[in-house]
Amino acid sequence: MTGQAGFRTALLDPAAAPPAGLVNPDGTAAAKRFDVYRNNVAVSLAEALETAFPVILKLVGADFFRAMAGVYLRRHPPRSPLMMFYGADMPEFLQGFGPARSLPYLPDVARLELAIRRAYHAADTAPFDPATLTSLPEDALPGLRFTFAPALRLVASDHPVAGLWTANTAGGSAPSARPETALVTRPGFDPIVDALTPVQGRALDALMNGAPLGRALHQSGPDFDFEQLLTLMLERNAITALTTEEFA
Amino acid sequence: MFDAPHIPLPSLPGVGYKPQHFAEILADPGPVEWLEIHAENYMGAGGRPLAQLRALSERFAFSVHGVGLSIGGADPLDRDHLARLKTLCDWLQPASFSEHLAWSSHDSTFLNDLLPLPYTTPTLDRVCAHIHQVQDVLGRRMLLENPSSYLAFAESEMEETEFLSQVVRRTGCGLLLDVNNAFVSATNLRYAPRAYIDAFPLDAVGEIHLGGHDEDADDGGAPLLIDSHGCAVADPVWALLDHTLGKCGPRPVLVEWDTDVPDWPVLADEARRAERALQRVPA
Repeated sequence: MTGQAGFRTALLDPAAAPPAGLVNPDGTAAAKRFDVYRNNVAVSLAEALETAFPVILKLVGADFFRAMAGVYLRRHPPRSPLMMFYGADMPEFLQGFGPARSLPYLPDVARLELAIRRAYHAADTAPFDPATLTSLPEDALPGLRFTFAPALRLVASDHPVAGLWTANTAGGSAPSARPETALVTRPGFDPIVDALTPVQGRALDALMNGAPLGRALHQSGPDFDFEQLLTLMLERNAITALTTEEFA
Repeated sequence: MFDAPHIPLPSLPGVGYKPQHFAEILADPGPVEWLEIHAENYMGAGGRPLAQLRALSERFAFSVHGVGLSIGGADPLDRDHLARLKTLCDWLQPASFSEHLAWSSHDSTFLNDLLPLPYTTPTLDRVCAHIHQVQDVLGRRMLLENPSSYLAFAESEMEETEFLSQVVRRTGCGLLLDVNNAFVSATNLRYAPRAYIDAFPLDAVGEIHLGGHDEDADDGGAPLLIDSHGCAVADPVWALLDHTLGKCGPRPVLVEWDTDVPDWPVLADEARRAERALQRVPA
């Protein structure tokens, strides 16, 4: 049926004429009345993007964000009714969005905000007893594999992405200029963002991809302090289970 | 058509649930006996949204209200989305599931609005087929809500009330009568709101909605009401509720307030007003 296809096209293109056959009560063509739907769609999608990317909004300002959202929502309209996950294409969009070129860290901030949203809605997990870890014999450690909470996300960046996020939410000092990997966890119901060094990020990424601890440590080099990372992960309820080599 | 294993919504006031009201609703619900959620906001895997529902469902009956199924869509229903609705309903066991006489998706694009339909035989066939499918998958009777209309289709062959009556006859579904939508559509399309209610198949009504609207004007300067859910229910809509309840008797009445959401006491007061309207009606 061409009716809804034409309607959809005209909804997303402000320059297009309203579809034929839509009428006012007196039978004349409904122009302004069609604009109610056009406005509902554009405003609701722009608001959904503002909800999804509050730090991007703060970094670029409301006017810039609205204009950018207007371009984004026409290029990347939602593909699913789950508006809580709308905006998944934002990092790539920002990468190629000319007016945002002077803020090269924006795509990574967008990646982090998407990760936070995913973490917020991720599955709950049962608490993990750290005693399981301390009771292991030392020679079992290299073969140790971790299962992590579904809320756990890593966002590697060439920019101080976690610091940027923190400075624009909780406030605090301006971020360093060092590259960071943002660690997103959800110890309770609210996601938490921590800054990891790139080396910590790579080690954790290896563990998340199923590498045993020995291999992850070997790849990370001698300066890597695993205990510090492990303490943080336990504090954040980010580990849900352990397996040792003989069971793997 | 369906066994009725679900206890229906009580003919008492309910409100559209907003997470910011969580603690106050539990502490001081006022006259509110049931809550309605937008299904799509509770389709994550876990976290606070589902935990809140778990806690609230011990005290309140629930209505799951879909806003994204596109029942009037020309495309087939999104099976993944229907499966998500089933997962949510199987888990929460709500007293009611409802959706809209509207479309919102086309060719894999979701437009996040309830878009209008021409009332023709092909639309009727399509809507009925989709409702059959929904009821089969969910294993329950659903309610279909009348839309807010801003314009009409030259090709429409029947009145909205006739269209809805035929849907009920053919699918066995119930109806969600949104009295504010009825008032908005009647004002915008220049007919008498009470005549619409009088022609509405009231026997099929399993729930009534109330919400706030904004006032605008069309190209010719004529009033154009916008269904915004962003303010208190207007007085003429309360009067139309009285007229409706007078004809159909007490029904579950829900107050929706979705944008510029007020503090809990303001919404609770709207629910009290609905309670008084219900108390005026002989059971």
